[in-house]
Amino acid sequence: MSVLGRPAPQAAPQSYAACAHCGAPSTSRFCCTGCEGAHHLVQGLGLDAFYRKREAADGNLKPVEAPNLDFAAHAVAQKDGTRRLELVVSGLTCGACIWLVEQALAAEPDVRRARANLSTRRLVIGWDGPAERANDFAALIARLGFRMAPFSPACLRATEDAEGRELARALGIAAFGAMNVMLVSVPVWVGMELGEQSRHLMHWLAALIGMPTVLIAGMPLYRGAWRGLQAGRLNMDSAVSLGVIATTLMSLSETFRNGEYTWFDGATALLALMLAGRLLDRAARRRARQSVAELLALQEGQVQVLGAPAPIPVERVAVGARILVASGERLRLDARLDDAEALLDTASTTGESLPRRFARGEKLAAGGVNMGAPFTATVTATATDGSLAAMGRFLERAEQARGRFPALADRAARIYIPVAHVVAVLTFLGWWLLVGAPWQAALVPAVAALIITCPCGLAIAVPAVQVVTSGALFRRGVLVASSTGIERLASADHVVLDKTGTLTEGRPRLLPGAWTDADLRAAASLARRSRHPLAQALVRACPDAPAAEGVEELPGQGLRQGETRLGSARFCGLGEDRTGMGLHLARPGQAPVAFRFADALRPDAAAAIAAFRRAGLSVELLSGDAPEVVARVAAEAGIETHRGNASPEAKAARIAELAAAGRRVLMVGDGVNDAAALASAHVSAAPAEGMDVAQAASDFVLQGGGLLPLAEAISRARLAQRVAAQNIGFAFLYNIVAVPVAILGFATPLIAALVMASSSLLVIGNALRLQREMR
Amino acid sequence: MDILVWLIPLALFLGGLGLWGFLWAMRSGQYEDLDGAAARILFDDDDVRKDRR
Repeated sequence: MSVLGRPAPQAAPQSYAACAHCGAPSTSRFCCTGCEGAHHLVQGLGLDAFYRKREAADGNLKPVEAPNLDFAAHAVAQKDGTRRLELVVSGLTCGACIWLVEQALAAEPDVRRARANLSTRRLVIGWDGPAERANDFAALIARLGFRMAPFSPACLRATEDAEGRELARALGIAAFGAMNVMLVSVPVWVGMELGEQSRHLMHWLAALIGMPTVLIAGMPLYRGAWRGLQAGRLNMDSAVSLGVIATTLMSLSETFRNGEYTWFDGATALLALMLAGRLLDRAARRRARQSVAELLALQEGQVQVLGAPAPIPVERVAVGARILVASGERLRLDARLDDAEALLDTASTTGESLPRRFARGEKLAAGGVNMGAPFTATVTATATDGSLAAMGRFLERAEQARGRFPALADRAARIYIPVAHVVAVLTFLGWWLLVGAPWQAALVPAVAALIITCPCGLAIAVPAVQVVTSGALFRRGVLVASSTGIERLASADHVVLDKTGTLTEGRPRLLPGAWTDADLRAAASLARRSRHPLAQALVRACPDAPAAEGVEELPGQGLRQGETRLGSARFCGLGEDRTGMGLHLARPGQAPVAFRFADALRPDAAAAIAAFRRAGLSVELLSGDAPEVVARVAAEAGIETHRGNASPEAKAARIAELAAAGRRVLMVGDGVNDAAALASAHVSAAPAEGMDVAQAASDFVLQGGGLLPLAEAISRARLAQRVAAQNIGFAFLYNIVAVPVAILGFATPLIAALVMASSSLLVIGNALRLQREMR
Repeated sequence: MDILVWLIPLALFLGGLGLWGFLWAMRSGQYEDLDGAAARILFDDDDVRKDRR
C-alpha cells in the first residue's frame, strides 16, 4: 500500500509517547478506552493502513460519545429507493481521513456510496434500507473519533459558494475572451502588411469576441459598482467598471471609423485580472469560513420537549413548553426551573469558574451546561426572542458598524479614483478643445489614461497579500474570519483577555496535596459517576480508576456510596470550607482527605503575554469571576492590570472606555458574557472551544485555543500590512510614469498591456515573498 | 490573406472548445473538492470496496 505524505515517526514499541490511535501524549499504548476501541475497530476492518497514511496525529481523533441526535430524521429518501444522508464531519484533515471514513462505511453491506469532501468536510452516504441505519453510520464514524453534525442550512451558506462559482465562471469567460482578442490584436500591433481592409476585419473580429465577454464576464463587477453607487460610494468596482465600459465603447467607436487601434484586448485582460484578484480574495477566507461553520454546526442542537416523541430543533420550541435537560447537555433556551434544584456550569454566560446551584422557580439563562442530574424547566422565551438571540442581534449591529471599517485598498482607491477620473476628463477636453482633434480621436488618449490608471495594482495587490497571510495563519491554527481582520489586528495596541477558557484552560486541575495514590484512586472511581468539573478533574488525574458501583449523586453536594462520601466539606460533615475549589473524601474509619484544584493557565499563556508585550501591546485581564481568583491568575500569568466581577455590560463598557481614550483594543474571550465586548472591540478573537456567539462576534477563531499563535500573528499581520502598502506604492509609481505617456497620446494598446501585466506580476511577486518570511 | 478565412474560425473553435470544457468541468463539480482530489490520486486500493461486497 502506498504511503501518503511523510511517514509518521513510529514510537518505540515499549516507551509509549503517544496514543496509537489519536496521537495525544500518553503513557500507555492508548490514552483512553475510546481510542483503544477505535484502534480495534480500524484493525478489524482491515484498514490499519490509515495509521501509516495519515500526515499528522495531533490528538484530535479521540472518540467522544455519539451525539445525542436522531440522524434518521435527516436521511432523505431518493427516487431510486435508496436513502441519502449529508453530514459535516469535524476532524477530516488529510487524505487518509477521508480514505478511512469512506472505506469503513463501504464495508457496511448496504452502503451504496460514501463520499467525503476534504475541502468542505462534507460526507454523503447513500444506502438501501431503512432510515434508522443513519444512526448506525453516525455511531460508526463517532467510534472512529470523528465528530459530526447533520448538514444544516448554516453550513450551506458558508460552503455553497454560489458567488465564488459565478466568479470562477466569469474568470473563465474573461480569460477566453482576452486570449482570443489578443490573437487578433497582435497582427494589428505588429503592423504586418495589413491593408486597411484586413485591419478593419481584425477590428470587427475583436469587437465580436470582446463585446459579449465584457458584457457577460463583467457582471460581478458591475453589480458591485451598482451596490456602491446606491450607497453613495465610489469603490474599486465602480472604477474598474467605468474603465472597462469606457474602453469598450471607445474601441467600438474606433472600430466603426477603422481607427489605428482598438482596445478590446485591454478591456478583457483587465476584467480577467480583476476577477482573478477577486477570486483570490475569496479563497483566502474560504477555508477559515468553512472551519467556523463546521464549529457552529457541531454546536447546533435539538431539545427534548416533554410529551414529544423525539427531540425537536430549538427554533420550533414554543414559550411555556416544558423541556428536559439531560446531564451534560447545554441549555439552549431561556427557562425557569421546575425541579427543586439544578446545578449549571455558567462559565460561558457569567464567567464563573465553578458551577452554580439554582433553586425552583429561578430563571436560567440559555448557554449554561447541566452539571447535575437531569432537570425539567419551562421555556420563557423562544429561540428568536431569547437572550442568545438578543445577543445575536446586538452582534449584527456591531458587525455592521465594523463592516464600515475601510480596507486599506478602499482608502487608497478613495483618493485615487477621483484623481484618475479628473485626469481622463481633462485629457479629453485638452485634445478636443485645445488641440482641436475630432472628439472620437480625443477620446482615445483620455480612455487610455483611464485604463492605464485602472487600479489593477490595488485590486490584485492587497488580495495577494491576504491569501498568503491567511494561509500562514491558518496553518498555525488562527482562522481569519473577517475580511479586514488582518488589517485591524496589525493596528491593535492594547489587549483585553478574558480569564476562564481563554487565559486558563477553563477546567480545573488537581493540585498536589497530602493524599496518597490509593486515596486518589478511591476518589476517582467515585468521581467517574459525575459530570461535575471537579469530579472530572479527579478522573483526569487518575484515568485508569474503575467506575464504582452503587454511587448516588446529590446535585450540588457530592457523591455517596454507602458510608463513603466525596463532595463539599459540609456534605462530608467537615464544617465550612471557604477556599472554594476543593473536594473532600470521607470514608468510614479513615481520616478525611482534601483534594484542591485550580483552573490552570494554558501552557502557552505566559509566553503569549510576553509576546503581546514584545509586539508593543499593553495587557489587561477582565473577568466575571471573583476578584481574588482573577488577581491570583493575573499574578501567575504576569499581568498587572486586572479586574474581576465584570458583568457583560461592564466588559463592553470597559472596551468603550478604552476606545474613547484612543486605544485600539484586541479582545480575546470565549463566552456569551464576552460577546458584547468582542463585538465592540477594534479587533477580536475567540478560542474554537468557546461558545458559538463568541465565535460569531470575532474576527479570528483560535483552534486549539492557542494564545501564542495569536500573539505571533500580530507581527505577521504588521508585516502583511507593510507589504500591502508597498504594493500600493508600486501601483502608484507605475502610474506616475505611464499616465503622462497616455495623456500625450503616445500610449498604444501594446504599452497598456505591458504596463498592466508587468505591474500585476510585480505586486504578486512581492506578495509571494511574504510566504518565505511568514514561515 | 485568404488563409484567414480558415484560420480565424479554427482558432475560435479551438478556444471555444477549451471554454466549453472548463464550464463543463465546473458544472459537473470537479472543482468542488480540490484538496480531496489531490489526496485521492494516491489511493492505490480503491477496489477494496468491491472485494468487500
